[in-house]
Amino acid sequence: MAEERRQKHCSVVLPTESMKAMAESVGVGQLQEDSCVALSEEVSYRIKEIAQDALKFMHHGKRRKLTTSDIDNALKLKNVEPLYGFQSQEFIPFRFASGGGRELHFYEEKEADLSDIINTPLPRVPLDVSLKAHWLSIEGMQPAIPENPPPATKEQQKAESTEPLKVVKPGQEEEGTIQGKSQGTTTPDGKGKEKGLIRLKPRSTHELSVEQQLYYKEITEACVGSCEAKRAEALQSIATDPGLYQMLPRFSTFISEGVRVNVVQNNLALLIYLMRMVKALMDNPTLYLEKYLHELIPAVVTCIVSKQLCLRPDVDNHWALRDFAARLMAQSCKTFSTTTNNIQSRITKTFTKSWLDDKTQWTTRYGCIAGLAELGSDVIKTLIIPRLAVEGARIKAVMEGPVVSNIDKIGAEHVQSLLLKHCASVIAKLRPQPDNVDQYRTDYGYLGPMLCSHVMKARTQAALQAQQVNRTTLTITQPRPTLSVSQSGLSGSSGPRTPSIIKVPSSLTLMSPRPGTPSQPSPPATKYIVMATSAGAASTQQVITLSSSQSASPVTSTVPSATSTLQPLVKLESGSGAGLTASRPLQKYIVVSLPSSASSSLETKSSVLPTSISSSSLDGGMKLERSESPGASTQSPH
Amino acid sequence: MAAVQGGMGDADIKTDIKTEPSADGFGNNNANDGRVLSASPGSSSSTGSNKQTAAVTPEDQQTLLAVLQFLKKNKLSESVEILRREAGLPENSLDPKANESAGAGSGGAAGIVDLEGGDASSLLSRVTGSSSAGAQAPTKAAVAEDQPDVSVVLSAYSQQGDPTLYKVYYRDLKKFIETVLDCHRAELSQVFYPLFVHMYLELVYNNHESEAKAFFEKFSGDQECYYEEDLRILSGLTKKEHMRGNETLLDFRTSKFVLRISRDSYQLLKRHLQERQNNQIWNIIQEHLYIDIFDGMPRSKSQIDAMSGSLAGEAKREANKTKVYYGLLKEPEIELPLDDEDEEAENEEGKPKKKKPKKDSVGSKSKKQDPNAPSQNRIPLPELKDSDKLDKIMYMKEATKRIRLGPDNLPSVCFYTFLNAYQGLTAVDLTDDSSLIAGGFADSTVRVWSVTPKKLRKVKSAADLNLIDKESDDVLERIMDEKTASESKIMYGHSGPVYGISFSPDRNYLLSSSEDGTVRLWSLLTFTCLVAYKGHNYPVWDTQFSPYGYYFVSGGHDRVARLWATDHYQPLRIFSGHLADITCTRFHPNSNYVATGSSDRTIRLWDVLSGNCVRIFTGHKGPIHSLAFSPNGKFLASGATDGRVLLWDIGHGLMVGELKGHTDTIYSLRFSRDGEILASGSMDNTVRLWDAMKAFDDLETDDFTAATGHIHLQDNSQELLLGTYTTKSTPVIHLHFTRRNLLLAAGAFNP
Repeated sequence: MAEERRQKHCSVVLPTESMKAMAESVGVGQLQEDSCVALSEEVSYRIKEIAQDALKFMHHGKRRKLTTSDIDNALKLKNVEPLYGFQSQEFIPFRFASGGGRELHFYEEKEADLSDIINTPLPRVPLDVSLKAHWLSIEGMQPAIPENPPPATKEQQKAESTEPLKVVKPGQEEEGTIQGKSQGTTTPDGKGKEKGLIRLKPRSTHELSVEQQLYYKEITEACVGSCEAKRAEALQSIATDPGLYQMLPRFSTFISEGVRVNVVQNNLALLIYLMRMVKALMDNPTLYLEKYLHELIPAVVTCIVSKQLCLRPDVDNHWALRDFAARLMAQSCKTFSTTTNNIQSRITKTFTKSWLDDKTQWTTRYGCIAGLAELGSDVIKTLIIPRLAVEGARIKAVMEGPVVSNIDKIGAEHVQSLLLKHCASVIAKLRPQPDNVDQYRTDYGYLGPMLCSHVMKARTQAALQAQQVNRTTLTITQPRPTLSVSQSGLSGSSGPRTPSIIKVPSSLTLMSPRPGTPSQPSPPATKYIVMATSAGAASTQQVITLSSSQSASPVTSTVPSATSTLQPLVKLESGSGAGLTASRPLQKYIVVSLPSSASSSLETKSSVLPTSISSSSLDGGMKLERSESPGASTQSPH
Repeated sequence: MAAVQGGMGDADIKTDIKTEPSADGFGNNNANDGRVLSASPGSSSSTGSNKQTAAVTPEDQQTLLAVLQFLKKNKLSESVEILRREAGLPENSLDPKANESAGAGSGGAAGIVDLEGGDASSLLSRVTGSSSAGAQAPTKAAVAEDQPDVSVVLSAYSQQGDPTLYKVYYRDLKKFIETVLDCHRAELSQVFYPLFVHMYLELVYNNHESEAKAFFEKFSGDQECYYEEDLRILSGLTKKEHMRGNETLLDFRTSKFVLRISRDSYQLLKRHLQERQNNQIWNIIQEHLYIDIFDGMPRSKSQIDAMSGSLAGEAKREANKTKVYYGLLKEPEIELPLDDEDEEAENEEGKPKKKKPKKDSVGSKSKKQDPNAPSQNRIPLPELKDSDKLDKIMYMKEATKRIRLGPDNLPSVCFYTFLNAYQGLTAVDLTDDSSLIAGGFADSTVRVWSVTPKKLRKVKSAADLNLIDKESDDVLERIMDEKTASESKIMYGHSGPVYGISFSPDRNYLLSSSEDGTVRLWSLLTFTCLVAYKGHNYPVWDTQFSPYGYYFVSGGHDRVARLWATDHYQPLRIFSGHLADITCTRFHPNSNYVATGSSDRTIRLWDVLSGNCVRIFTGHKGPIHSLAFSPNGKFLASGATDGRVLLWDIGHGLMVGELKGHTDTIYSLRFSRDGEILASGSMDNTVRLWDAMKAFDDLETDDFTAATGHIHLQDNSQELLLGTYTTKSTPVIHLHFTRRNLLLAAGAFNP
C-alpha cells in the first residue's frame, strides 16, 4: 500500500495542457511540446517544495488543515511574493464535481446583488477570543460535564453490549480509560491483583453520581410534570446531552414501568409524555439504544394496540397517541432492525395476528393497522390492501347495521379514515390511470367508492404539486429566496401523503409547539431546491439535459453532476477567449440541500446546557484546594 | 560580550579535535576520523552563510579577522601569529591546519555563499564575524577559503558508472544482505537507505533521469517506513537543476550518514564488496557514510529501529561522551518564615539579612553539593532581587502544600479552552505561579489573561508617576493605574503568526517569537514592546526564557538556535548543527544547557558556556515538537509528530524509554513538580499521564549499556500510562503543573 502511494507521489506531474493554457492566458501563443514538458516538471517540483514548506507552517500553527496563509508563508520563505486575495481561514473555496467521466474542481461563483448587500444589516461581529476553564479530570476521573466528551462513545457502548466477554488485553485502548476511571476508587492492593491478568469484562456500574441522580430526578419530573416549557427543555436535554448513557437503563425502566402503570390507569397524557421521552432518546445521537429495546418496544407497542388508553374513549384523542407510537415503532424498526433481532418481521407478525382476530376491538384494530401502515408502502401493499374488502365489510356492519355502541362506531370511522389515508397513495401508484368507481367497488368492496375519490384526489394533488414546484423553480432568479419552494410544498401537502418531490412531514397535533424537533418519526427528509439564476437561452448541451431531466423527475442525482460539468465548461472557454463570456448569458443551476431542522437545532442547543460546576469558581482554577474542588463530591457515590 | 570571549577562550581540547580532520569533499579521508557531527563545517557554515547572519561582534574585531585571513591566505604566517597574539584571539580561531584541511571540504558551504551573494569576498568578512561570535571555530576555518560553486559539493557525484548497472549493484547487495546470517542482517540493512539515496542522487546528477526514476520505483518500497517523508522529497527531485539550492540534499551530502555496525558485520560487508569488485557501492560507503564500528554483539532489529530515523543517521558514540553537568544549581538559602501571621514582619527584617548568607553560601558552603552539578558561577546568572526572594518564599510555601502524585494519586486537570480562536491559537504559556496565561495567535497578536481575580493593570504615565510619594510602603501598588484594569490585554507588534511565547520567571516580561523573524520582549508592566531581537530573518519557531531569567534561547527555520541576553540586541551564542528547522527549544533547569528539537528528527543538547553540542539524540521518526526536562535535570522527554514520547538519560546520553499511545503530534510535555508524573498533550485531543518514576526506575544502567549505547527498550507503554483524558475537539497545546501539582492544560476549541 505504502509503496503504491509512494510511487504515485513520484509520478504526479502537472499535465502539459495546463502549461499551455497558462501560457495562453499570459499571451504566449505557441509553446513547444518540449518546453511544456520541461516547464511542467519544473513547476511540479517547485509546487511540491512549497507544499512541503507550507506543511511546516501548518504544524507550527497547530492545525490539521492546511490553509492558504500557510502557502503564503511558504512563498514568503522562498522570497516569492505571496498570492493576494486568497485569504481563507477555513477551507479552500473549491467545489468538487464529477460527471461525464470527468472530475472537476471549480469555484462557486455567486452573483451578489449590491443593493442586497447594502440593505442587509451588518453581520454580527465575530466573537472575541475568550478563555474558559473546566475540569478535564478530577483526581484521575473525568467528570461527565458538557465540556467533556461523552464518557463512552456509541461505538464503545455497542462494543460493551455486543461483545460482553471480549478479553481485554493490557495493551488495548480502553484500558487507559478504564484504569483512569477506577483509579480514584479502587484500593491499591486491588489494582495490584488485577494487573497482568487477562481481564474479563469489567462489571458495569449503574450507580449514578449525585449530580446524575439530581439530573435524573429533574428530567423525569419535568417530562411528566405539568409545565410544558420545562418538558420541552427536558426533552431537548434528553435528545442532545452526550453523557446520558449511564442513565439509560434508568430511563428505559422509567418508561416501561410508566407505560405499564398508566395503561392500567388509562392516563392518556402521561402515556403521551412517555412516548415523547422515547422519541427524544431515539433522537440522541450518542446513545446506543439497542441494549434497551426489550423494554422500550413493548412499551411503545402497548401504546399502539392497547384496548383502552384513556378514561373516555369516545371523547379523548387517543388515536393520535396510537399514530405517534406507530411512527416511533416504524422508526425503531428502520434503525434497529437487523437480521439477528428481526424486529420488523416480529412486529409485523404481532400486528397482523391481532388484526386478523375477529374479536379484536376497534381500538386495537386501529393500532395494528396504523403500526403496519407506518412501516412503509411495501407493507401496505402486501398486507393491508388485500384485506381492504374484508375490513370494509366489517366497517359496513358497524356503520350501517344496528347501533351497538357509540364507541364501536367511532372506532370504525377512525379505522376507515386511516385505511383511506394510507391506502390511497399506494393504490394511486399501483393502479393505472382511469379510476372507475365500479371497478373499485368490485375490488375493495364497501370502501371502494371512497377509496376511488381519495385516489383521484391524491393524483391531482401530486400533479399539482409537481407543477407548482416547476413553476417556482423557473421564476426564481436570485439565489436569495430559497425558502419559497419548500413553503409552497408545505401548504400543498396537508392532505393525504402524496408522492412529491419535496418530502414534507405531515404535522402531528400531538407534538409540542417546539420548533426544534420535527414531529414526523420518519427520518428527516432532505429537501432539495432547484433554482436557476439568470434564466437565459440554454447554450450548451448540458443545460438542455439538465432541463429535460428536471421536468421528468425534478430532483435527481443527475442534476448536481450536470451543474458541475456545465460550470467549468464555461470557465474553460472564458479562459481561451476573452470576450466570449460577456456576450453569452450564463445559466446556473444551484442545488441546495437543506439540512433537516432537527440536526440544526441540535447543534445550536448543544452548548447551552447547564453545568454542574460554576464557572466562576473555575476562573480561579489554581487557587482551588483539592478538598474544595467542586467535583470532589462526585467520587463518593462511586 | 565578555561572556562570549570567555566562552571562546574556554574552548577545550575537544574543539581542537573537531577542527583538525575536517570534512573532506573528495572522499580521501578514512571513515574513522574523530570528527564530531555537530561541528561539520559544511552544515554549520551553510546555515550561517545561507541565512546571512547578522554580524555580531564589534566592528573592529571583524576587520581584524578579515585582515588575519588575508595575511594567512598570502602565507604570511609570522604576521598572522603576531597579530593574533596582539589581538588576543584564541588559537583555534585561525588554526592554520584546520584552515587548510577544512578548506577543501567546505566547498559546499562557501559555494552557497556564492549562490546567495555572488561576491564571496564581501560576504567573507560578514560570515566570519558572525561565526566567531558564535564561538564556532570550525565555521571560521571553513569559510576561510573561498570556493567557487555548489557544483564542487555535487561533483562528488560526477564519477561515472554505467547507469544501468546501478540496479544490478543494488540488487546484488540486497541479495547478499538477505542471505547473511540473521544476526548480521539487521545491521547491514541499515546500509540500504543511505546507499539508495546516494545512488539515486548520483543517477540524477548525471542526467540519467529515466534510470533514476526506475531505480527509485524499484527500490523505494524496500526502505524503512520512517524514511517516507524524506523519500517523498527525494521523489520530487528528478533533475540536476533541482539539486541546486535544495537544502535537504545539501545536508545529506555535506553531513555523512552515520551508521553503527559491529565489527563482524562490517568485515562481512567489506569482504563481500571487495570480492565482487563492487567499487561503485564501496566508493559511496567510503565517501558518504560514516560507519561507527564497535566491538561486540551485533545489534538486533528493534535496537536499531529504536535509534534510527533521523535525517543523518544515528549519533556517533563520541558525540555523546562529553560530560554534562546535569545536576541542579544550589538554591540560594532563604529562610522560610514559618508563621503565616508574622509573615509581613519577618520579611521586612529578613531581607537585609538574607543577602549575606546567600553570598557566602555560593561555592563555599557546599554541603551535599551534587557532583553532577555545574559550579554555581559556571555561567553568570543574574542576582536575585528582593522581589525574586519574595517569590521564592511564596514558592516554598506553596511547595509545602504540594500534593504528592503517583499512580494512585493522579493530578486533577483543569483545562483552559480558548474559545472563538478560529484555529488561530499557535502558542500558549503560563507563568510559573500560574497567575497569567498568554496566547500567541496567527493574527500576529499576543494576548495575556489573568486567571486569578487580580486584574491586569498598566503602570501610570510618566506625568502621573511624578506625583507619587516614592517613599511610601505601597509604592509598587501606587504606580499601577487602576483605570486600566482588565482581565486581558492585547499586544500588537508582530507582523506574522506568533509561534513561540514565554514568560520570564519574574513575570515582568514576556517573549514572543514570530514568523516575521523577530523575537520580541514585552513588558508586562506597561504592556508594550521593549525590544525586537532581530537575527533569525526567517520564522522563529520557538523561544524560551532561562529558568533564572535574563537569558533566553530562540530557534527557527534558519536551523540555528541563538542564545540571547535581554540586555543585548545581538545573540551571545549561536548553536548551529541541526540539519533542518529548529522546532523547539528548552532550557535545562540549571540554565547551563539548552536542548533543541528539530525537523531533522534529532535532539541536541548545547552547552551554553562553550556553545558546543554535547548530546545528539536520535530515534524520533518525525519532527520534534516538544521537549521537557525532568525537574532533577537528569532526564529529557521529547515528543514528535510520530506520536511517541521518548525519554533520554542526559548523563549517559541514552534513550531510556518510549511511550506509545498518542496518535498525533505531541505539542506539549511537562513533568510534575516532583517528577513523578509526565503529562503529554497532543493534537489527538488527549492529555495522557505517564508514570515517570517507574519509567526511570526500571532503568538498566549497567556499564555495558552505557558504554555501547545499545538499549533494550521494553514495550511497557501501557503499564506506564496512568490516564487518558479526551477533550471535546480541543487539541492540547500547552501543559503546566502548578506549584501544588495541579495540572493545567490549554488549547483552542476547534469546532
